[in-house]
Order: sequence, then structure tokens, then C-alpha cells
Amino acid sequence: MNLALRDIRHHGSRFLQTCIGLSLLLAVVMGMAGIYRGLVSEAMTILNDTGADFWVVQQGTNGPFAATSRMQEDLKYRLRTLPGIAQASPVSYQNIQMERHGKPFRFFLVGYEPGGMGGPSSVVSGRPIERLHYEMVADLSLGLPVGSRLELGRSEYTIVGLTRNMASSSGDPLVYVSLADAQEIQFKADNSALRTDRVRIARGLSAVDGLTIAQQQTIAPVVTTLAGGTHQINALVVRLKPSANPLLVQESIERWGHLRAISDSQQRAILFEGMIAKARKQIGLFSVILLIISAVIISLIIYTMTLDKLKVIATLKLIGAQNRVIVGLILQQSLIMGVVAYLAALVIINLTYQKFPRRVELVSGDLQALFLIVLCICVLASVAGIRKALSIEPAEALGG
Amino acid sequence: MYAVEVENLTKVYGSGDSAVTALRDASMQVKPGELAAILGPSGSGKTTLLTAIGLINEPTRGRISLGGVCVANNGWQPGLDLKRLRREQLGFIFQAHNLIPFLTAIENVLVALNLNGITGKSARNRAEELLSALNLAERSQSYPANLSGGQAQRVAIARALANRPQVILADEPTAALDTENGLNVMALLKSLAQENNSAILVVTHDHRMIAGFDRVFEVSDGRIVREG
Repeated sequence: MNLALRDIRHHGSRFLQTCIGLSLLLAVVMGMAGIYRGLVSEAMTILNDTGADFWVVQQGTNGPFAATSRMQEDLKYRLRTLPGIAQASPVSYQNIQMERHGKPFRFFLVGYEPGGMGGPSSVVSGRPIERLHYEMVADLSLGLPVGSRLELGRSEYTIVGLTRNMASSSGDPLVYVSLADAQEIQFKADNSALRTDRVRIARGLSAVDGLTIAQQQTIAPVVTTLAGGTHQINALVVRLKPSANPLLVQESIERWGHLRAISDSQQRAILFEGMIAKARKQIGLFSVILLIISAVIISLIIYTMTLDKLKVIATLKLIGAQNRVIVGLILQQSLIMGVVAYLAALVIINLTYQKFPRRVELVSGDLQALFLIVLCICVLASVAGIRKALSIEPAEALGG
Repeated sequence: MYAVEVENLTKVYGSGDSAVTALRDASMQVKPGELAAILGPSGSGKTTLLTAIGLINEPTRGRISLGGVCVANNGWQPGLDLKRLRREQLGFIFQAHNLIPFLTAIENVLVALNLNGITGKSARNRAEELLSALNLAERSQSYPANLSGGQAQRVAIARALANRPQVILADEPTAALDTENGLNVMALLKSLAQENNSAILVVTHDHRMIAGFDRVFEVSDGRIVREG
């Protein structure tokens, strides 16, 4: 006869309430682990999808994700001529927050050359960008159907394709446009700004000694064009030929003096150490605190349940119950509570994780590890109850 | 051969100046099938005597034999498995029945059998047989909270009898019952003692119940002052 199960059956509602409370705590722990996995996954999404061997960025920066990097687009031509380089594609990245239907609408805009690297590796609906202008591929999570239109900057874009689970390192869904469109959105000034720039340049040229008015009028449009140029990018993504020596290519690029070539593994390390490590510590600490709280709750509940059964335990001892029967009663209750709470937590998190605003990835390894941790906690939490139970004298069963 | 034989039993709690002698040179014998009362006021030492015979409270000096086997001789006999002896040879009935509240009546009987290694159908048959004999067959699935005081005490008696013990020890079994139920329980114990050939020792200070006993040991200040 299993005394633990019968006690639980008799105190079903109280036991269930405790399990539900505990399961909510464990669901939060599962959620925290899932959020961490989601953070890592989101941070690496673009890297994984791009498949670059090198990220060429402005010298002295950790760009393009951890720091701002700006460079001229035409560097791609020089880079493509370097021995060992199979492909070099310019990309631009930009966070955009706008209002849509009266609500903030935030995404991460990726500009790439259609046919080059840096674009979406697959679309789940519609098609990739085929035209150089006014086409957009958006992530499903933005809720923009294929064929819908989005006004951005001074132009309107048509959604031609959809991606799934594509997000930036900060968790914003990705939107892809052609590089030319991205440059226009990011760098092209509006008419008022252009007028202001022309006036500023004209004033600057008039202050230069030795320039005649005719010369100033000749130079001014050239300077305005150069200053207002939009052919800037944030990085060049590079794929090497299979025979290439990555270190030699990296040295060759950096020898130019104004560029930095960051290998894919270095880029991952930058993202991980700079953007994820702290979050991991924070989430880890929070999870540990929650597990400690769970342990304290289980311990208190099991101890209270043991106190409720002092007379029962004394009676069992008096009629000859071995210590293993008493230990089994308490330990089994603790383990049953942990297992039931864990399973309920699993149901809760599976029903809710997709409703989290950021990606939550439930990894079976994490869940299995948590299960083992919960079992360990249950064993440890039952120690106080077991010690109390074993200290009860059978004689305590006597008397009223 | 006596079912219970106690010789010069002494129990001292504490030591030095704080030592309290609860039992002094108590001696008694109870034969199988006898219903014996240990009578005395509160603090007289009757429960100490019962717990020593029940292998719960180690005596300081003296000798205890159960069914002719010496279990204590100036302390427990070395190598004795007290829990096993309690399971196999002793049955306990308590003042407040001490049924396990989360087990049904039949499960309360089954638990004593299971602890003694008797499981399955044979255990269930034995438990049903005992409950039927005590007119509790219809209440076998009831929890203790749903039983009357008399019914609960009869379930406790069934549990005590489950392993056919040589000796049944009862601590104030009628204290929580009214006179009618108390007399019924005493009559039941008397008939069970004879039917099962078990010695039944009942600690009581309830003089209403004295008439039904075969033997009465009166305890005062830790001594057995009268035997009748």
C-alpha cells in the first residue's frame, strides 16, 4: 500500500493548490531558460542566415551589430579583386520605429543587393525581392501579409515575401529591402534638409579666401552631391573561396588601414560577450533565485505535511513500521509534488511560450536538466521533514 | 508459560539529582487468553509499564519475557529487532483510536498486515474477516472521520488483531467512549482474548470497567501495590 499516494488522495485539493503554485514558479524558470535560448538564437539569426566568413567593417569598430560602422559602398569592387574572396556583398542595417494603426511598429531594416549575400535565405510565403526598388520581404511576426503596403520614408513598399523567425539581436523582426532602397531610407535627406545643406555649403565656400563667385558656383553642386551621397553601407559580408587562407585574407583587408575584417567566430564572440553574457548572468541568477524559492516552498510544505502527520508517524512506528516506510512516505510525497508541478509547468509553458513578446526557445536538454534539478530539490527539501519524522518517538502515539 | 512475564522492572528517567523513578521493582504475569487491567491514577507509572512491555521504553533494570522469550534483562537484549517484535507479537490499541486519517477502515487494517509483509489477497481476506467479525463490514470503505467513536475503536481493535499477536496492549481504550460503548469495547476485548488466546493488558483509570477483567494490577507511585 502506498501511504504517500493515499495521503495525497485524501488531501487532494490542498496538494493540487500547492502543485499549481509551484508549477507557476517552475514555468517561470522554464520561461527564463527559454528566453535565454531565444536571446542567443535571435542574436545569431542574421549571422547564421548570412553565412559569411568575414564581416568587413569600419576600422576600430565592432560593427555592424555591436557598434556603428559606416563605409563607402564602392569598397565592394576593391574587395572582390582580392585573392581568395569568392563573394563580397554590401549590407546596411537600421532600427526603425514608426507608428502604425496608432501603435508603435518596430523592426530591423536590412538592405542587401538582390542576388548577393545578406538577404533572407528562404521565404515561407511569396517570393524574394526581384526588383531594385519598392519591394520588401518581412518577417511573419510583423503581421504584414503578402501584397500589403508599408509607407517608409518618402516611398511606399509592397510586401512580396515573408520569412519566419527572423529577428535582430535586439529581438526586432527583420524587414528586407534592396540596398538601394535601404540607403535611400537611411541616408537620403528630405527637400527641406537639402535646401538647408545647399545654403550651408554656399556659406562655407564664400568664406574660403581666393575663390571667386564663379568658382564657388561651380564647386557648390559637386560638394552638395558628395555631401548628400547615399552610397554608404554598414558592412561588407565576405565569403571566401574554399582554397583561401582566412588569415591571409584578413591581413590583406586590414593592411588597407581603414577597414577591419571580423571573422564569423569573432563576430559571434562580440555578440555573445557584449550582448548576451550579461543577460545570461541575469537570467541565470533569476532562475537560481526562483529554484531556491521553489526549494523553500517544497521544504516548507513537506515539513508542514510532516507536522500534520506526527501522530500518524508515531502510530506507524509503534506498530512496527521500518524507517524506510517513514522516509518513503515523506520522500515520495516530495517527489510526487515536484513531478506533478514540473509536468503542470511544462503544460503551462507550452501553452504560453509563443505569446511572449520575444522569442522563447524551449530546448529539451534544458527541460531535462530542470527536471533533474527539481528531483534533487525535492530530495533536499524533504530532508527537514524526514529528520523530524525520524526523531518522533513511538511513545508519542500514546495518550490523548 | 506466561504470555507476559515481568520481574522487578525499574525505570528511571534522567540521572543524578534530576532522576525520576517511574517504576520500581514491578513484577507481574499474564497468561494467554487473560484480560488484565493495569489500574492507577495519573502519574502512577502504568503507562511506563505498558510502554516497557510494548518494547517502546527501555527499562533501566529488571526482566521482561514475551511468550517465554526474554526481551529485556537490565535493558534490551542485544541483537533484538524491536520493530519486528512489535509487528509480529504485539498489538496496540490507543485511547483516541489513532487510526490513520487518510486510510479507509480496511486500509487501516491492511497497513498493519502490509508492514508485517502480508500483502495481496491474503491480507485483504484477513482484513475483511476481522472487520466482519467486528460488525464493520459495511463501513470498510469509510474514513475514520466518518466513523463513530465506537466504530473507530473497533477498527483499531481489528488493526491490533491483524497479525494475530500474542499480546495486545491497550492504553485507555474506553477513555474517549461513553459508558455503553466503553462496556461494549471491554466485552469485545474479553471475547477476543479468549478466542485468540492472546493476553490483553489494558491501562485504565476507569473503575466502571473493572468488573470485566480477569486480573487487575493496581499501580501506585511506580509500584504494583495490589494484584487481584
